[in-house]
Amino acid sequence: MKTNTYVIFNGNSIPFNEGESVAAALLRSGEESLRETRFHGKPRAIFCGIGVCFDCVVAIDGVPNQRACIIECREGMKIESRP
Amino acid sequence: MKNPDAIVIGAGIVGATVALSLTNAGLQVLIVDRGPVSSGTTGAGEGNILVSDKEPGPELTLALRSRDLWFDLQDDVGDCFELEAKGGVVVARRDPEPLFHLAKKQEQCGVLIQKLDNYAVHELEPYIHPEIEHGILYSQDAQCQPMLAAAHVIRAVVNRGGKFIAGAEVQRILHHNGSVSGIETTQGSFSTKIVVNAAGTWAGNIAERAGSQLPIAPRKGFILVTEPVNKYIFHKVYDSDYVANVASSDADLQTSTVVEGTQSGTILIGASRQRVGFDTTMNYEIVRRLAAQATSLFPILRDVQLLRIYSGFRPYAPDHLPVIGEDAQVNGLWHSAGHEGAGIGLAPGSAQLLTDRILARDTFMDAEPFSPKRFQSSLTQLRSAI
Repeated sequence: MKTNTYVIFNGNSIPFNEGESVAAALLRSGEESLRETRFHGKPRAIFCGIGVCFDCVVAIDGVPNQRACIIECREGMKIESRP
Repeated sequence: MKNPDAIVIGAGIVGATVALSLTNAGLQVLIVDRGPVSSGTTGAGEGNILVSDKEPGPELTLALRSRDLWFDLQDDVGDCFELEAKGGVVVARRDPEPLFHLAKKQEQCGVLIQKLDNYAVHELEPYIHPEIEHGILYSQDAQCQPMLAAAHVIRAVVNRGGKFIAGAEVQRILHHNGSVSGIETTQGSFSTKIVVNAAGTWAGNIAERAGSQLPIAPRKGFILVTEPVNKYIFHKVYDSDYVANVASSDADLQTSTVVEGTQSGTILIGASRQRVGFDTTMNYEIVRRLAAQATSLFPILRDVQLLRIYSGFRPYAPDHLPVIGEDAQVNGLWHSAGHEGAGIGLAPGSAQLLTDRILARDTFMDAEPFSPKRFQSSLTQLRSAI
């Protein structure tokens, strides 16, 4: 298992294991909120975990509304919280 | 509340608004539904409050009044259901003359129209396909969030002395000597002299439980919901084919393009019409067709993701008019159902009309075209012959 691989979440390096989803890597690193809601600023993170609910969406390499729970981490991937 | 003045069956927007107008008239009202609020027809609704898609006639008269009553309803219960007078833009992809002709007839009935010629539509909808040249702006068209509306209206009924029981399925509507005496539900029996059937697409089943009948059938539709995006669509925008589809009685699949943004940022895409009973099956062919039509109207939608797709059943009456009035066989059983795809828009107007009929007050329009008796007369004749 390679552990010296990282994604960038809001500017911070987060280690991931090969095959791990973005949501799993972030959760394991203690990131409990992936974004805040647009109108009330409430924290949101993984909810259904299977790509259905769209609660865990983040911007990945500049593309918004990507589901963190079903996208695999890649080295150097840039992940950002967006409302 | 074992003996309410009136019982409303159905906690969708039609039942909620009639319950509120009866409550505001001083009656103590019980609302029952086999599920929670908005769990049937209203829950699948898009929130259309339209005058633009109605041909001149009784439904348009009702729609015009009802549209204004929506804003009165907001004054009454609060600004809490995303009511927005966003206006509708109807575009003609081909020959605009049929659309212009319809608009002229509507204008004579009090519909506010503005002809959009010479690409004027692009000033209102900057992201619309560049080749679209003609359209009509209907400034009275509005939108709301129907589930929220039903919930807040029912809350107002309860705050004003009424009661709502969820999960109470009506088993029988009781009557003696031809007049309503009460209902039996899975959560107990209640006595009353007035029962309102506001069961939407299932109103025929409720009529049967009173020993009557009502020919309401489901007309299925899909709605596509996109991810929340920036504001690309400023009105309710639809293709003029939609009006013909709404009025059609064809059982086969029909689709037309209807696109609108919501306050929460998602875009809703419709509209399909199909008579396939209560079949809830997903149909990707229809979804593809709706998506393709929407992207051909708004090319920017090609890069927008769909979040979900849902379907629902419009309560369809054979002559496309709602059923608002007293049952032909059972005195005290009143129907307000069969509004097809217009039930959200027509709800407050229907509630007003029905309340005025129940209380024997003057009505704002002739309610006869909506009478259930138009479907029930043959049965009545048959019974009196026996």
